[in-house]
Amino acid sequence: MTLLYSEVEEELRAAVRAVLADRCPPAAVLARAESEPYDPSLWKTLAVEIGVAGLLVPEEHGGAGATASEAAVVLEELGRGVAPVPFFTSSVLATYALVRAGETGAGAVGGLLGRLAEGRATAALVVPFAASPYRPWPSRGGVTEAGERLSGSVAGVAGADVADVLVVPVPGPDGTAVLYSVDREAAAVEAAPSLDLTRPVATVTLDGAPAARLGVVDLAEVLRLGAGLLASEQLGVAEWCLETTLAYVKERRQFARPVGSFQAVKHRLADLWLDVVRARAAARAAASGGASGEDGPDPVAVAVAQAWNGGVAVHVAEEALQLHGGIGMTWEHPVHLFLKRAKADEIALGTPGDHREALASLADVPGPVPVPQ
Amino acid sequence: MEEARLRELAAEFVARHDPGGDRLEFLRARFDAGLAWVWYPEGLGGLGLAPELQRVVDEELAGTPQIDVGLQGIGLGMAAPTILAFGTEEQKRRFLRPLWTGEEIWCQLFSEPGAGSDLATLATRAVRDGDEWVVDGQKVWTSGAHHARWAILVARTDPGVPKHRGMTYFVCDMHAPGVEVRPLRQITGEAEFNEVFMTGVRLADDLRLGQVGDGWRVAQTTLMNERVAIGGARVRRGGGMLGPVLDTWREQPELRTHDLHQRLLALWVEAEVTRLSGDRLREQLAAGQPGPEGSGMKLSFARLNQAVSGLDVELRRDLGYDDWTFRRSDTVDFYGRGAGYRYLRAKGNSIEGGTSEILRNIIAERVLGLPAEPRVDKDVPWKDLPR
Repeated sequence: MTLLYSEVEEELRAAVRAVLADRCPPAAVLARAESEPYDPSLWKTLAVEIGVAGLLVPEEHGGAGATASEAAVVLEELGRGVAPVPFFTSSVLATYALVRAGETGAGAVGGLLGRLAEGRATAALVVPFAASPYRPWPSRGGVTEAGERLSGSVAGVAGADVADVLVVPVPGPDGTAVLYSVDREAAAVEAAPSLDLTRPVATVTLDGAPAARLGVVDLAEVLRLGAGLLASEQLGVAEWCLETTLAYVKERRQFARPVGSFQAVKHRLADLWLDVVRARAAARAAASGGASGEDGPDPVAVAVAQAWNGGVAVHVAEEALQLHGGIGMTWEHPVHLFLKRAKADEIALGTPGDHREALASLADVPGPVPVPQ
Repeated sequence: MEEARLRELAAEFVARHDPGGDRLEFLRARFDAGLAWVWYPEGLGGLGLAPELQRVVDEELAGTPQIDVGLQGIGLGMAAPTILAFGTEEQKRRFLRPLWTGEEIWCQLFSEPGAGSDLATLATRAVRDGDEWVVDGQKVWTSGAHHARWAILVARTDPGVPKHRGMTYFVCDMHAPGVEVRPLRQITGEAEFNEVFMTGVRLADDLRLGQVGDGWRVAQTTLMNERVAIGGARVRRGGGMLGPVLDTWREQPELRTHDLHQRLLALWVEAEVTRLSGDRLREQLAAGQPGPEGSGMKLSFARLNQAVSGLDVELRRDLGYDDWTFRRSDTVDFYGRGAGYRYLRAKGNSIEGGTSEILRNIIAERVLGLPAEPRVDKDVPWKDLPR
């Protein structure tokens, strides 16, 4: 296992970064955040021209059959730009669920995966974005199936408002999930005002919606892969915040010197850098398993990366805001977009605390036992 | 050379040399075979290979006589890379072999009572006298000076120029007349480090490492290697300072509380991401010298060691202490002895080899490119500095 980036990954990064630098500066993201947060034209370029939509799709279904580690590099870049595109929700979460369902012999997923890989459609996995690999099902609501029709409601779903196809898990036997696809038009998708302006969540309601059965998956494993890769997005968010703050404190002068020359500021930035350095190692380790066609993600590496990176992204964003002073508190400065993304990501797919708690059994650090009185 | 060939070489070596025979002979032969540190050049204990291939040799030679990394730490981690980078061919040949085998122990004469974080202000004088230098001054916090045959020494050779420019780097003969080593008792009870007084110590000019006046640059090589040596050791998952805590945690469930559990899990995660970034750094360093990023490893190592060892004492609810006896320690071992010792010894981790505050400055200025604080001492001749 290597924790470094391969040449292919660096090329992919450069391609994505170039598109984002040109088409997705923070000011542009901010300008559309309140009206139409997603940028379909940017997504078309990334999905089709660069081919990110098909990264996790196996070659036999028209995708690139790439590794999770390559998708992770794309997420780093999208995190650096809080880019308003459905890569994570469609090309990672929903796609991976479909790939897994396809492996169990479900022929119906092939066509759908092909459409996703070509960027002709986007999908969303209908789970609460706050679900975790340890609690994959909604705590209230949920969807039931009767005669190839689905009914029920799931709140807090990310990417549903921009999806053409909803991939809906319904509880199956022995803790498995049976996946169904539902056309977006057959569902009511109600976007709610969301903390993360660039990736809003919505409530998906199905009322006897016609559905096609796709196959059976381990929903926890799907969410685990997502959680592992989300660590790379969190790394990207933290990197932007750190770099932007460094540039600012080098330029901003008070007391006749750059504020970045004061040790009180420097030491905080040195600590943030060290947090980010470790976040990179954690993200790389979490992304090194779980490629299509291989074993699933390493549960320890994923839990570690989420337990660490979730908090680091929030902390670096909060420090970025503080070190920008009053400017950081304005709507005009984009740091709030990153803070909101970081805070939403901290909750998505398990909080750092959920992942630490999971490590109690994963790493054999069990909790207290009741002591007899 | 690829891994398989190296493995073969190491296996052949074990076949030809009896690991049950004389320990020193075995180690000398291993050095001569280039299997000491494979990334060193041929003829100097290595084979000029990538550092990560050392693992192959270590695996093949497991169970054979080993060097004492604790006792030889300063020689291996600091003196050797500096000699390799700045020594003459003769110096490399003279010093590296006994350094590696442990026949000659090294210590480090850097810090002084008046020069700690501000190392470059040091006042120990070296004055040229023909082919020799005469050294006078006092050094402090010198770990292992009581075992040492040699020391790496930085001394002031030109007080008339600004402080960073007037220093020269030497190898100091610890057996030379005028060298006096006095133990300094530490908070652990023992004396791992010493004060070293030098009075009219005469060093031949061929003990100089690097150019006259270039001591600061040579010392940077030592310091960067020191920070990697202190913070950069490879650990296994759940190893290092966490090891003993996890053992206690698993063996004595009655000691567990919810509060300790939360904190232990958080430290477990921090230790794991630190371990992973150490692995990543080592991959990056596959060739060449460590850069300032090594400072980050030492910073996180210190923080973690202190937090974990503190939690360990608390978990055990042990009000005892293994041994306060004032004695010279044989080796440096952060993880040895009792929990109380480990807790107290770890306090030194954020001071030795550069305080955490200095390391943050280094990261901020050299890695992040932040501007330096305004300074009054940079362009003033050393002799004119206020003190």
